Amino acid sequence: MSLALIVALPFLGAALPALAIRAGRDACAVVAGLVTGLALVLLALKAPVVLQGGVVQTRIDWLPALGLNANFFLDGLGLLFSGMILGIGLLVILYARYYLSERDNMGQFFSNLLMFQGAMLGIVLSDNILMLLIFWELTSLTSFLLIGYWKHLPEARQGARMALAVTGSGGLAMIAGMLILGQVAGSYDLTVILTQRDAILASGWYLPALVLILAGAFTKSAQFPFHFWLPHAMAAPTPVSAYLHSATMVKAGIFLLARMWPVLSGTFEWFVIVVFTGLFTMILAAKIALYKDDLKAVLAYSTVSHLGLITMLLGLGSESAATVAIFHIVNHAVFKAALFMSAGIVDHETGTRDLRQLGGLRRLMPVTFALTAIAALAMAGIPPLNGFLSKEMMLAETTQVIWPNTWIVAVLAVIGAALSVGYAFRLLAHGFFGPVRSDYPQRPHDPGFGLWAAPAVLAALAVLIGLFPNTLAGWIVNPAASATTGVGVFVHIEHWHGTKAAALWMSLAAVGGGLVLLGLYPRLRALWDALPKPDAKRIFDAAVEPLARDARSVTQAMHNGNFGLAVTLAVLTITGAGLFAFLTATHLPGTRALLPVGPVSFAIWSVMMLCALAAVLFHRNRVVALILTGVVGLLIAPLFAFFSAPDLALTQIAVEVVTVLLMLLALNFLPKTTPRESPLPRRVRDALVAGIAGAGVAWLAFAMMTRTPAFDPISAFHLAQSKPGAGGTNAVNTIIVDFRGYDTYGEIIVLGIAALILLALSEVLLASPAALRRLKALPKETESGDRHPMMLVVATRALLPMALMVGVYLYLRGHNMPGGGFVAGLVFAIAYLMQYMASGYDFSHARQRVDHHALIGWGVLVASLAGIGAWVMGLPFLTSGFTYIDLPPLEKFELATAMIFDLGVFLCVLGAVLLALASLSRLARRTDERPNTRAYDTERRR
Amino acid sequence: MEALFAMAIGLLTAVGIYLMLRLRTYPVILGLTFLSYGVNLFLFASGRLAVNAAPIIGYPQPYADPLPQALVLTAIVISFGMTAVIMIMAIGGYLEAGHDRVDLDDTLEPEA
Repeated sequence: MSLALIVALPFLGAALPALAIRAGRDACAVVAGLVTGLALVLLALKAPVVLQGGVVQTRIDWLPALGLNANFFLDGLGLLFSGMILGIGLLVILYARYYLSERDNMGQFFSNLLMFQGAMLGIVLSDNILMLLIFWELTSLTSFLLIGYWKHLPEARQGARMALAVTGSGGLAMIAGMLILGQVAGSYDLTVILTQRDAILASGWYLPALVLILAGAFTKSAQFPFHFWLPHAMAAPTPVSAYLHSATMVKAGIFLLARMWPVLSGTFEWFVIVVFTGLFTMILAAKIALYKDDLKAVLAYSTVSHLGLITMLLGLGSESAATVAIFHIVNHAVFKAALFMSAGIVDHETGTRDLRQLGGLRRLMPVTFALTAIAALAMAGIPPLNGFLSKEMMLAETTQVIWPNTWIVAVLAVIGAALSVGYAFRLLAHGFFGPVRSDYPQRPHDPGFGLWAAPAVLAALAVLIGLFPNTLAGWIVNPAASATTGVGVFVHIEHWHGTKAAALWMSLAAVGGGLVLLGLYPRLRALWDALPKPDAKRIFDAAVEPLARDARSVTQAMHNGNFGLAVTLAVLTITGAGLFAFLTATHLPGTRALLPVGPVSFAIWSVMMLCALAAVLFHRNRVVALILTGVVGLLIAPLFAFFSAPDLALTQIAVEVVTVLLMLLALNFLPKTTPRESPLPRRVRDALVAGIAGAGVAWLAFAMMTRTPAFDPISAFHLAQSKPGAGGTNAVNTIIVDFRGYDTYGEIIVLGIAALILLALSEVLLASPAALRRLKALPKETESGDRHPMMLVVATRALLPMALMVGVYLYLRGHNMPGGGFVAGLVFAIAYLMQYMASGYDFSHARQRVDHHALIGWGVLVASLAGIGAWVMGLPFLTSGFTYIDLPPLEKFELATAMIFDLGVFLCVLGAVLLALASLSRLARRTDERPNTRAYDTERRR
Repeated sequence: MEALFAMAIGLLTAVGIYLMLRLRTYPVILGLTFLSYGVNLFLFASGRLAVNAAPIIGYPQPYADPLPQALVLTAIVISFGMTAVIMIMAIGGYLEAGHDRVDLDDTLEPEA
């Protein structure tokens, strides 16, 4: 459970910052930090097992038949990533507290951040790949919210949309790839798939799966040619960039490569695609980074470049290279988060991130300079910082490559490294060195401790890992690399390999190359500026715009506000699909014995058909049409009774009465006739559509009724268990209150909500001047002489106790004979409705003691208590119990908890119907009608 | 009898759809009511028709399938709730806009 809890915590806690912001910005940040911290503590409790080589698993079966289970597992790789997500998450929360201004909605920011954090944790801890895919798309969605956080900025909205489009569609490709893997491996559990390498390679589906999964990983990790979204995501607030582009979002793709490494790596296809994509991305992005002037753009492209480096290492396919990749993941997260935060500080304190407007900050912002210098030098790979170690190990790995020859990959890697040194040096040289200027947008100074505390922690880590790599990083790199590669890795990281090591000379060449680049910068820059460059955003927009336009035109053609068109299209599509399915499948012959047609059922049937046809013919007269509808509805009841469904017959009668009464009441506020508007061709067309659909449904119904079910109905169980299991002989009622009690529970809540919607909408209407004006202007119909005739009043009063008695009777016997809470509630409702009809709303309402809302509330509450009662007995929600009681002089009778549940159903139905009536009546009282205060009329109306 | 029952389902559905294709809210609501009748009968029919076989334990066997009956029972009550909600929406639309057309058309003027 606790692994699931680690993932769930950020989601559960996401509401807290939004609430805590009312208590202030500090409270908001502290709450977000506490949620993250708690998850980190839970993770730390699991860590010892994992560090000793164990795997922690949490299995929650949800739909095992579909392979859809909420399974989580934590191994070395998961521990490394979840540690980074939560650890750097904490620092980012601290940083964001001081970075965001008063104007920013901090509650929303932290809520989004926590949801994103939860989605990331879900990716790295999921054992089930279907669940992993859901979390994968969740990171796309939540990062969309984070990148577009400053929604007033157009570039933020566009950048967010681009990130979502690219990473989201990559995710869709990955879903396909993962499904292939799952099918081939025969399981959707990662732990199983990871052992099925041979089966997957032999299946012939390896290459399609590989390409699709790589599409997902490369889009997320911004590998060429999908690298363009990442720089545009820089429109996000800097804390977001520091989080998304160091430890989380873009590392998700890398994580996936590492996760699938045992299954997918080591083939020629993997090597060629992954190594050269990574290598090319690394060089291309580093080159662009060299010429960017925006601090964050430099960092963005450098992130792409470093991701390329890690991708390349994972592509090499050797255990040692994968180990270096893991080590560089840690190092890059540390120095890149620090660099983003420093860039944010510069932006915050000087008012610009443009390197051309900066320079000389070394003296003005010494603390920021120190932090940036450490992180930038680590990024450049200067000893003894952490980046140096992994970069040199990377260079050493490239010398092992023998395809396409023994040196090309190594040379390209050195070029990439040199470019990396170049832009890191340039960032320092142009941003912090040089003379102090007089034209900064704001007077630069170091920020308060709160803002530089987080990057300081990271910079310290960069130094300490650089000095003591085996102590400080080895403990996590070893289990993570072992988990990635599937073999026990024990790495020993050294600073000095002697002068014979090729990597030393390659490192020196890279640093030298970087210095040369910096020296030649003005000339190179002039050359670069003169070159034509493709604008990724314009290309992206040009590719997306036609699609969006087509989508818009299709949508507008089908949803042009013409309801009839929408219904027609839907009906024809459904009919067509049904026909297609019916004709392309095989069927058993319809050999089921048919029932003979009796005179009574035929008579009922004929009247019903005639009334239905008449309703179409006379539908313009709305009162007549309603009466015909009511007749059809009432005739369905004997049909139900005839075909062995007494419960349905009772319910149908009761509901029909209530429905017709309410619709009659509603007709007070609507025109009494429908104008003749549609021309004949339109009516013919509609009749044709309706006829096709009706014929299809009739055919289907006939085909169904003339065949026995292909599978035995599960209701054999309900029939067999009705008496011994649920203690009732009415199988329909025991299904409703016991076997499928949860459904009913949901249903009465829906019914209650529907009644509340009625109340709310009538409330809205009563607050609208236009509606009130039209209410008063409604034409007054000539009514009968007596508004509230004494005869009706006396009759309904006499009927009231009898009707209530019938209701009680139906309720009490419901468990064993036709009846139950639904019908009883409706009968009660009708009995009260009659009082309202006889004496008017005002008179009756004044005598009503219980609020309708309260009835609904009590109904849900009683049903809930009946369900929760089972918990007290240690049984699942809504388990019912029953016993028989012998109480002379009564016969032996039964008491069941299902009765309590049925009481809840009863109250809810009664409340809902009465509330619906009350809502309509409230409208009626605003039509200038004279309110009645007496039970019946005592004077003649004019 | 099955053929008649199927025809009833078909006719109720057709009447429902025809009325739903009208241009005013009230016939559309009546149409939905008819469609609910059709759908409820269809669901009921999925348990197959049986005479004198109420699923009450103790009555002579065989029993009719109680599960579709339970489904339809709740469906009947829910369709009442749905009808009530769209009814008040129709009233609201009429009182606010001054007409009870279902189609969105900005060129039309209120009638009242």
